[in-house]
Amino acid sequence: MRRLIYILPLGLFVVLAGYFAVGLTRDPSVVPSALIDKPVPEFTLPPLLKDGQGLASAELKGKVQLVNVFASWCVPCRVEHPVLMRLAKEQGVTVKAINYKDKPEDAIRWLNQGGNPYAAIGADQDGRVSIDWGVYGVPETYVIDAEGRIRYKVVGPVMPDEVERHILPLIKSLQGDLQG
Amino acid sequence: MIPELGHYALVLALFLALVQATLPLIGAARGDIAWMDVAKPAAIGQFTMILVSFLALTYAYVVSDFSVLNVVQNSHSMKPMLYKVAGVWGNHEGSMLLWVLILAMFGGAVALFGHNLPPTLKARVLSVQAMIGVAFLLFIIATSNPFIRVDPAPLDGTDLNPLLQDPGLAFHPPFLYFGYVGFSMAFSFAVAALIEGRVDPAWARWVRPWTLAAWSGLTMGIALGSWWAYYELGWGGWWFWDPVENASFMPWLAGTALLHSAIVVEKRDALKSWTILLAILTFTLSLIGTFLVRSGVLTSVHAFAVDPARGVFILALLVIATAGALLLYAIRAPSMKMGGLFAPISREGALVLNNLLLSTATATVFLGTLYPLFLDAIDAGKVSVGPPFFNATFIPLMVPLIAAMSVGPLLAWKRADLAGALSRLKFAAVLTVICVLGALYAYQGGPVMALLGVALAAWAFFGAIIELTDRIKLFRAPLAESWRRAVGLPRSSWGMTIAHAGMGVAIAGMTGSAAWMTERIQVMRPGDTAQIAGYELRFDQVEERPIANYQAKTGTFTLSRNGEFLATLHPEERWFPVSRMSTTEAAIRTNWVSDLYVVLGQEQQGGTGGYATRLYHHPLVPWIWIGCVIMMIGGCVSLSDRRFRIGVPARAKRDRQPTPQPAE
Amino acid sequence: MTGVVRACLAALLIAVASPAFAVQPDEVLRDPAMEARAREISKELRCLVCQNQSIDDSNAPLARDLRVLVRQRLVAGDGDGEVLDYVTARYGDYVLLRPPFKASTYVLWLGPIAVLLLGALGAALFLRGRRPTVVGGEGATPLTPEERQRLDRLLREDS
Repeated sequence: MRRLIYILPLGLFVVLAGYFAVGLTRDPSVVPSALIDKPVPEFTLPPLLKDGQGLASAELKGKVQLVNVFASWCVPCRVEHPVLMRLAKEQGVTVKAINYKDKPEDAIRWLNQGGNPYAAIGADQDGRVSIDWGVYGVPETYVIDAEGRIRYKVVGPVMPDEVERHILPLIKSLQGDLQG
Repeated sequence: MIPELGHYALVLALFLALVQATLPLIGAARGDIAWMDVAKPAAIGQFTMILVSFLALTYAYVVSDFSVLNVVQNSHSMKPMLYKVAGVWGNHEGSMLLWVLILAMFGGAVALFGHNLPPTLKARVLSVQAMIGVAFLLFIIATSNPFIRVDPAPLDGTDLNPLLQDPGLAFHPPFLYFGYVGFSMAFSFAVAALIEGRVDPAWARWVRPWTLAAWSGLTMGIALGSWWAYYELGWGGWWFWDPVENASFMPWLAGTALLHSAIVVEKRDALKSWTILLAILTFTLSLIGTFLVRSGVLTSVHAFAVDPARGVFILALLVIATAGALLLYAIRAPSMKMGGLFAPISREGALVLNNLLLSTATATVFLGTLYPLFLDAIDAGKVSVGPPFFNATFIPLMVPLIAAMSVGPLLAWKRADLAGALSRLKFAAVLTVICVLGALYAYQGGPVMALLGVALAAWAFFGAIIELTDRIKLFRAPLAESWRRAVGLPRSSWGMTIAHAGMGVAIAGMTGSAAWMTERIQVMRPGDTAQIAGYELRFDQVEERPIANYQAKTGTFTLSRNGEFLATLHPEERWFPVSRMSTTEAAIRTNWVSDLYVVLGQEQQGGTGGYATRLYHHPLVPWIWIGCVIMMIGGCVSLSDRRFRIGVPARAKRDRQPTPQPAE
Repeated sequence: MTGVVRACLAALLIAVASPAFAVQPDEVLRDPAMEARAREISKELRCLVCQNQSIDDSNAPLARDLRVLVRQRLVAGDGDGEVLDYVTARYGDYVLLRPPFKASTYVLWLGPIAVLLLGALGAALFLRGRRPTVVGGEGATPLTPEERQRLDRLLREDS
């Protein structure tokens, strides 16, 4: 019994070291969304493009789609842009966007250069709506199901690997639910 | 050429450390004096080689040798010389080099000054110390080599983070590492004692000065860090319970507990296995701190060198060192003999209480700091643990600790008279009440916590003074007699009084800052006047000019009170074009009792000529650092105690001949 | 070592913020009592992009937006708890610097108390074992008050 007390520190330390080892594999800067499986927040945003569509919560129902939060001043957004282009043009995924705290002319120039993958773009000039979405950095990307619920969130640029492993399978299964 | 020399010296140091880690240990086990004697030259050689290496890197910084990658990434030719030198340890690789330099310095010091140590203990201590050295030298050479060249060499460097270009932060790391790494001595002594299978008062007497030195350094390092935060971050916050701060605070708390429990071992031959455990844990916490800061497992804004490979290496190192030591502990500690007997109400009892509270406080900070990691590791969600948690849990533990701090030293060893001790403190109690009433009067009330803070500060301070006056029989004996007693008092006793009084001073500062800070935020145009805490501040002008490696925007404020001119203040905003960052330099006017703190903010848009200005009145805040310096001085005074220099004749004689390991 | 402090490295994702301080003059509410409440609430909320700072200390643009939001909610008549709930509903418990007391944080909140109690128990058992029994043992005459005083004095001088 008395001996056990002397072994206790070692035991506790081993457990601790195990936690550290697991901790090394985690990225502590990723914050999970509080809105997963919750309906998208109520909002209406004016269109970014004069002849384009704005974005409102009502329009996020009826089919599985992505909502991407982007800005022309955001460097990682450039990285994910071709990926989003491919998703929209080749894989036929509907991608809508919230343009976060951007000058409209900058955003438009940016889309003219890199192409416009978005079916609709709402301009969130003061970032207020984005707060309702729980956005804490750009880019962020949400997968919305047909009932208008947030099912998945990617923080940071959407990479091809992420698309293959999570986004496309999730979209498929959500669409399957819809048909089934 | 010089950087290659530095690299070469580092590799040589590794080989010397390998020799030092093995031969003396085997020698001690076999009773072979020649092998044990290898430790001394090896330790001194290892230190010399690391020093050569460190100087080589420093040289590369001083001459701005931009063919060295580390210099490119952390320096710039325009940077002031002080920060060129400070740049050596302002980055991961260089700071690790400083780490091992200090480690080897402690080893070298034991080799040189440890004549009064029994040869086997000395050999084993140096051996264990060298094992830590081997691990860290390998770490540097394998994952963090500061001597890597770039070809072609760029024309200039990318500059040191401007936040680090500051006198407070230039000297913060050396002190901090002196403390962190100094605790390795306590660790080595503990492991050596476990190998020897013997812990006695003599052991405690040998281990205490090293712990005291480390503790003093760490106190200073933490104080410098928080002082820097105070004047640099732009609003006077000085402690944030940030993981990186906690990483240095945990070893400090555990080290403080260790200092106190070692007293019991030394005086009464009791609490031995606990003290050994504390010695191991204190250094473990230092290693964990290093791991946390450099592996990126916690999201601290300031983690530098976030690299998974390095994280894995340090974790492996931590596991080997700590698990090894704790395993040894599990095997050897149960056979350690219990020492002297004492009643619960006694000096020993008070020190047990001290250890209980300090250990709980350490555990609390540990739990709070690592809880987000634990939760994430079991996929139980993400959580933030911030200042509100620490304030709610840590402070309640400190209240009884400080309350007992004044009583403990008045208790006799073995069995004491609590009522008697308390009655001797009645004068301190009266002074405490006066201070609380004074605070009530000065601030027209105030939060209850603030009054509690004042009470604790006064109680700690006057309690320490009373203990001293009691011992020298001030006013109870003729002054000459008191003087004779004061001179004759052991330095360690003076050290304790000074350190405890310093703690009181620091608590007063913390309380003042938390409870009575006032703030004014407004837009001011040149010519405008603002009022704060009875002072008037006139905003005169803003000037822009280039200085060294930055562009300064300097404001001029005239401070006066009741129309009487007091001072001109110059808060500044600095723009560092190379690193594209800016820093704020607050203008602080102190009268040693309170600070007036002025920050020049951004120019308002619209060309009105208005600037956001932030004015603060921070009562008692300077006392935080004055208190820390007093504590550190207390540590140094105690360190100069004569018994640490002369050692313990009885055991030294007995151990002149190396004895075979005692059978159990 | 307190290295790259508060440089908001994580803010890489967010635009490079122009140098600014935390609360700006234009954010401050007219009502000092309400402003004081806003400051206290802000100290409880984590600046998500700077990781370990509260929004009150941070100069990140998102922190500013949240400070403004907190003030808007207060002006709209929300209580302190309602404001915190409002933010938590969007960002989760992660934004709270004082973790809520619930199943996943029991260990955090109760841990310190448990350590203290276990430690106190251990210390008490240890102290019992250390108590000298000889002094008050059989056959020993208890010390007279004078003797005790003298003994105390001697012991004190000894220390």
